[in-house]
Amino acid sequence: MELLSPSLGLIFWQLVGFLILLFVLSKFAWKPILHALREREATIEDALATAEKTKKEMAELKAENEKLLAEARKERDRILKDATAAANHIREEAKAQTAKDTARMIEDARVTIETEKQAALAEVKQQVAALSVQVAEKILRAQLGSEQAQKEYVSKLIKDLNVN
Amino acid sequence: MKNVFDMQGKSKKTFKKSHLISLFLIFLYIVPSLAASEEESEGDTGFIMHHVQDAHQWHFASIGHTELTIWLPVILYSPERGFSMFSSKNFYNEEHEKVSYNGFRLDEHDHVVAEEAGVTVYDFSVTKNVASLFFSMALLFLVFLTIANRYKKHPNSPPKGIQSLFEPVIVFIRDEIAIPNIGKHKYQRYMPYLLTLFFFIWFNNILGLFPGAANLSGNIAVTFVLAVLTFLFTNFSGNKEYWKHIFATPGIPKAILPILVPVEFLGLFTKPFSLMIRLFVSITAGHIVILSLIALTFIFKSYLVGIGTTLFVVFIGIIELLVATIQAYIFTLFSSMYIGAAVAEHHHEHEEDQVDKSLI
Repeated sequence: MELLSPSLGLIFWQLVGFLILLFVLSKFAWKPILHALREREATIEDALATAEKTKKEMAELKAENEKLLAEARKERDRILKDATAAANHIREEAKAQTAKDTARMIEDARVTIETEKQAALAEVKQQVAALSVQVAEKILRAQLGSEQAQKEYVSKLIKDLNVN
Repeated sequence: MKNVFDMQGKSKKTFKKSHLISLFLIFLYIVPSLAASEEESEGDTGFIMHHVQDAHQWHFASIGHTELTIWLPVILYSPERGFSMFSSKNFYNEEHEKVSYNGFRLDEHDHVVAEEAGVTVYDFSVTKNVASLFFSMALLFLVFLTIANRYKKHPNSPPKGIQSLFEPVIVFIRDEIAIPNIGKHKYQRYMPYLLTLFFFIWFNNILGLFPGAANLSGNIAVTFVLAVLTFLFTNFSGNKEYWKHIFATPGIPKAILPILVPVEFLGLFTKPFSLMIRLFVSITAGHIVILSLIALTFIFKSYLVGIGTTLFVVFIGIIELLVATIQAYIFTLFSSMYIGAAVAEHHHEHEEDQVDKSLI
């Protein structure tokens, strides 16, 4: 029974001692310790969240880069295609232009040749006419040189007129 | 990498240290057993109760005829004679017989009584248990103020040394005891009490296992105070729901209430009462078992029994280490469960119940 009867003195000291412990430890030990633990956990959680976020951002960035790259590639292809087309166009145009120019030049040459030919022909005709007149003059001079010949010729002409 | 090696080196060192400590503990257990077998035994088992109970002096050991005793101060108050304080040595003469001093003497149960009839004595002495209480308080202050200091100085660095020993325990009490039982919103208010409770009980349970130490946490006065504090914490934080469940239990037919309310009301007191008895019994019983096993050597007076019981005492001693921790855990766990029941919000659950019923 001795064991089962709490003694007044020990109850008193235990109460006082425990309350002092509770007060002092609460204020100077548990409060800073629990606070520090909470802080640390928050820090760790924060760090983990940040890491996760960074990872996600990195992935996003990578995806974006890939997209940009693809776009750039597409752009490049487009530009190349355009350039090729433009070059082709220019070449075609130049070719057409050349053809046209050549045709025009040929035409010009033809016209010039024609003109020259006409001119030459005209010259020749003139020369021939002049020569013919000279020849005719010479012939006439030769045939109608004498009085008799002239009379004969006139009479012939008159004869012809009479017939008519 | 360097850190890893350092840590390995350190754990090796502490491993060796812990070996030394356990060897020392085994040695301490062996010595009384062997000594006992040589002694002329008188009152073979009387020392057991003497060890388990409180005393006005702290008696560590008898070596031959020399007594290793610390005489503790006796502090008395009697309404008739006022306060008096003197060393407990005065109650014994040279031959170690009880004598009266200053009008007071120790009776057969070692209680202080007055020589004159009609004088009441209130004993506030610093007994063996009170001295042990002071020692454990000093130890708790030393340990936890040191740890707190480190937390303040290095708030975000990993725990080190003694800090890493207690941090998991503190986190365990918070995450496995307080939060599940009291709830996420209210647990913080009770953390200081639960932590103090746990470490007070744990430290004193372990201190009580040292040979020659006091049996503080196995004393019913101590467990009584702790249980009363839990009772006060529980009932002063009880909300409306809590009291309604006790005095007007909802969902119970009115006719049963006259039976149920006294039962519920009694429950207020049986809960802390069970706390008080459980801790007192498990710690005191452990001490008695160990001391009884040692007493076997006194009774049989044989070296063989001495060796056998010593081995068994070491085994029980290890179990007692486990019990010391488990009892501290249980006391804290039940305290937080009682507090949790007092602050719980039942309101929402009932509303949901009603909605469910109306749906059916």
